[in-house]
Amino acid sequence: MIRSLGRLTPVLATAAVFLAGFVVCSLIYPNFASLRVVMNLLTDNAFLVIVAVGMTFVIISGGIDLSVGSVIGFTTVFLALAIERWGIPPLAAFVLILVLCALFGACMGAIIQYFELPAFIVTLAGMFLARGASFLLSTESLPITADLYAHLSDHALRFEGGARLTVPAMIMIAVVLAGMVLLHLTRFGANVYALGGSRTATGLMGINVARTTVLIYTLSSVLAGLAGIVFSLYTSSGYSLSAVGVELDAIAAVVIGGTLLSGGYGFIFGSFLGVMIQGLIQTYISFDGMLSSWWAKIATGLLLFAFIAFQQLTLHLARRSRRAPAGAHP
Amino acid sequence: MHATETPPRPLLAVTGFSKSFAGFVALDRVDFTLRPGEIHALLGENGAGKSTLIKTMTGVVTRDAGTMGLDGVEIAPRSAEEAVRMGLATVYQEVNLAPNLSVAQNLFLGRQPTRFGLVREGEMRRRARALLAEFGLSIDVAAPLESYSVAVQHIVAIARAVDQSARVLILDEPTASLDAHEVEVLFAVMRQLKARGIGIVFVTHFLDQVYAICDRITVLRNGRLAGSAPIAEMPRLDLVRLMLGRELSEATTERPPRTEDAPAAEVAAFRGFGKEGMVAPFDLTLRAGHVVGLAGLLGSGRTETVRLVFGADRADCGTAEVAGRAASIGSPREAMALGFGYCPEERKTEGIVADLTVRENIVLALQARRGALSPLSRREQDAIAAKFIRLLDIRPPDPERPIGLLSGGNQQKALLARWLATAPRLLILDEPTRGIDVGAHAEIIRLIRELCAEGMALLVVSSELEELVTYADEVIVLRDRAHVARLGGEQIDVASILAAIAEAPAAPPAAA
Amino acid sequence: MAMRFPRLGTSQLLALGVILLANWMVSPQFFDIRVQDGRLFGSLIDVLNRGAPVALLSIGMVLVIAMRGIDLSVGAVMAICGAIAASLADSHALPVVLAAALGAGLLCGLWNGFLVAVLGIQPIVATLILMVAGRGIAQLITEGRIVTFTSPQLAFLGGGSVLGLPTPVVLTLGMMALTLLVVRGTALGLMIEATGGNPRASALAGIGTKLITVAVYVWSGLCAALAGIVASADILGADANNAGLWLELDAILAVVIGGTSLFGGRFSILLAVVGALIIQAMNTGILLSGFPPETNLVVKAVVVLAVLLAQSPRLGGALAGLGVLFSRATSGGPRR
Repeated sequence: MIRSLGRLTPVLATAAVFLAGFVVCSLIYPNFASLRVVMNLLTDNAFLVIVAVGMTFVIISGGIDLSVGSVIGFTTVFLALAIERWGIPPLAAFVLILVLCALFGACMGAIIQYFELPAFIVTLAGMFLARGASFLLSTESLPITADLYAHLSDHALRFEGGARLTVPAMIMIAVVLAGMVLLHLTRFGANVYALGGSRTATGLMGINVARTTVLIYTLSSVLAGLAGIVFSLYTSSGYSLSAVGVELDAIAAVVIGGTLLSGGYGFIFGSFLGVMIQGLIQTYISFDGMLSSWWAKIATGLLLFAFIAFQQLTLHLARRSRRAPAGAHP
Repeated sequence: MHATETPPRPLLAVTGFSKSFAGFVALDRVDFTLRPGEIHALLGENGAGKSTLIKTMTGVVTRDAGTMGLDGVEIAPRSAEEAVRMGLATVYQEVNLAPNLSVAQNLFLGRQPTRFGLVREGEMRRRARALLAEFGLSIDVAAPLESYSVAVQHIVAIARAVDQSARVLILDEPTASLDAHEVEVLFAVMRQLKARGIGIVFVTHFLDQVYAICDRITVLRNGRLAGSAPIAEMPRLDLVRLMLGRELSEATTERPPRTEDAPAAEVAAFRGFGKEGMVAPFDLTLRAGHVVGLAGLLGSGRTETVRLVFGADRADCGTAEVAGRAASIGSPREAMALGFGYCPEERKTEGIVADLTVRENIVLALQARRGALSPLSRREQDAIAAKFIRLLDIRPPDPERPIGLLSGGNQQKALLARWLATAPRLLILDEPTRGIDVGAHAEIIRLIRELCAEGMALLVVSSELEELVTYADEVIVLRDRAHVARLGGEQIDVASILAAIAEAPAAPPAAA
Repeated sequence: MAMRFPRLGTSQLLALGVILLANWMVSPQFFDIRVQDGRLFGSLIDVLNRGAPVALLSIGMVLVIAMRGIDLSVGAVMAICGAIAASLADSHALPVVLAAALGAGLLCGLWNGFLVAVLGIQPIVATLILMVAGRGIAQLITEGRIVTFTSPQLAFLGGGSVLGLPTPVVLTLGMMALTLLVVRGTALGLMIEATGGNPRASALAGIGTKLITVAVYVWSGLCAALAGIVASADILGADANNAGLWLELDAILAVVIGGTSLFGGRFSILLAVVGALIIQAMNTGILLSGFPPETNLVVKAVVVLAVLLAQSPRLGGALAGLGVLFSRATSGGPRR
């Protein structure tokens, strides 16, 4: 019981930071504490949460995926062209892009696995490739005017006070829930943790490491594609420069959410909270009106540092307490 | 070769296994037979081919030739995963489980009980508890594996393998990091498995353990089958002869006569030195021209002692005096400034820098002591490297070869050279002869004696008690992270050391 | 263990030669160099000049990577230092401007080094912090605007020339020479290679690994600062949003092309710079050949993969046999 509480500490800390931040914002701006702000938080950050869920899988397995921002950008351009120029029905285009993303992620995973290359450099190449490909498709910002888009952006669960639970937010919540089930309750999820704990051991335990690795990167790319769909719903356009740097936001959210960047530990819900904290900072800045957007970057950097330092400290303490009885032989 | 030469029918029959790596023959037509309910020791020196045989059997490495039958059915696993499914499981020395997962997840990873695709956590824990109870283990199975001792982790690994309907269990040096009690617990588990008819291949370096539990011994040497016989037909001397391929030379086993002169000059003295959780406070005096040996089981605090002396870990109590002056030793750099040198036990991870050349490896410590800003010229480096390659007979005698390509014995010699180049007054050697071939063995022992004769103080950790008694002037015995006995002069012989390890009074004499 | 001899570097030089030749084929005047107002002009000079910032970054990056580290923050540090230089340029003397900008780079390096060496945080994570926050800091300095300046002294560092060579090229050569002197003229190079190859063994051999770790991050920060100054001087201003954006990736790529393993150990400063030139030559080639500049990223991605695959222990000499330019002989033995 105490042990499992210990593992939840980082997430609890993230939750505490979020709640404290929310309370502070509400004290400063009385109309901050409203359902509408919360719902907007969910909608505005829906695509980022979806990417962060995929990133959580990757990072827990001991990897990293730098390509997700570019994949989002590519997806939006592809969708705009497919729907507006090539006349493909939106739903078919969605399926098509998700399949493309799956193939893309599977390729990256396979290269990481079979050529024993560091994930960060392989996905870096993937980042160049996806961004370059979207530039090649089009460098303009393309509006999407399909009926489905108008319909979906209209569709929302409405609450009193003008709060709306939009389709992107609903998709995001579904992804978070599905991600939690997949990571915490299935064999695949256990394999992901095992990979992050010890790659060689996982293989020797008879787990198909290659398959798991390929699946993890496939999942990350598919979720990035889904995030791209959500992003295009949100903006009703496709642009090759959209979502630049989102991989960093996603990684930051995952780390702030208590996932260990070296792998093996972490929770989907933490990543969700991590994104929400970043969203909270943005919302605060927009409420303030005087502060400039760069403070968000600096604040995120500070939070990153605080959480990484915190992780380092707990790891250090854990090692120390273990060494005493078990012996110093590594 | 007939597979059915002796009743009962073999459980596992390996015939004519061969494997070469880039021209180097690691395994040459090796046969190996395991019967049900048999504990079969697989022995051999480093490089004999034990691990290659295991890896080819379990499909981690593909064999070049040979067949393998399990219960008369020919099998050829292509991966460890497939081998496990066929009933061939391996438990490695460094426990190959996921330390961050719970014990229960580790036991059932990849085959957790599920319903509608979801893992049934409660059911899994219940089964885990039941499974471990069979092995006399009652622990919280929801806790992460890394919160338990290595022995528990081993038993979890074995339980996992057995539960996966393993018929053949390969234990690759499982006892290397266990203490005596933990070994007994493991043996109890092994006997239980034996009674169930499971065949166990047991790889170990400890001959006592072989005779304590095994039914049969197979010895490999240089990739070939050197011999195989029931335990009763292979006395120790025969076994050692098979493993080494020759008898131990007289020089390495006989203790030369010692002249007891007046006590030599004190090089360093430690009083009440120790560190919480590593080793209890101890006294230690090192003299010029004397060898102090540290003996004890693995994990008894030997390595911890020398790491404190060298400042690789910082002592939290006690005082050090070097050449009559109080000294603080908080880091290897400080220890080196005092004229200490240290060859660690873990040659690959703490000794050599594999990519660098022999020359660069040899000059490394000397260069570090001089500081980055006064580099040794290339000519000086060449001279130092050439000198020690000649002196220690490092082969091949090519200073520009990456050290990673040398054999273990020659790497060890290069590491010795690294420290000799700094002309230390105290040289600390942690298991200097472990994992190297017999020839290098004898040379290193000869070198220890020579250094000693030249007036260097030596502090040597060794598990090879027969060797230790031949060169040590004093032997300190450790047990349970404390110095428990000090033997000097005529008291030094293997029997006394063993007795001290087993029976010395619990109160550490260091607390004087 | 794959055996590598990055110092030989024939494959890198060959690759650079082939790319330059290809450029010459798409643009016959590629090798033409003319002198105008005492300064050399021409596409080749352009490659050197435009390649200077990445080359500068790669000089610092190669040391960090040799120590098993990585510095993701160099692009952001460029932006910070460029912003400082641009905002001070018109109100302060050049030495003050340079001191302030280089000092900021040094501080950034110290911060990274502190996180990695003292707090023991993985390099990729530690430098990520500054990568995220750094651009915000740069925007803070420029207050979100594009700061411009007119100081001819600072402008000289970007657009001037020394002995006919563009100043950025001279600065890069100078930094390279200085780094070679500091690293290879002392035992630091050996210590870096030893520490990168085996940190524990090196610490036990008495090498001050922590100090050296801090030092390489500081050096990387300084190189990034210089690159930031050059970039600002070149455009007579500082754009905190875009200065140095993604250049950390180019710098890493340059180091990898230069044959230094991402797993640390042996390194070559010279070949890292050659790697930077290879990247720039490709960029220029794509421009010259009339392909849309957007192709650049795709080509880069392909090159990254080709280089990585060629270095991959799994692939061995297979690609070398196919005549792929970047492959080096690697032993094909199993890794375990």
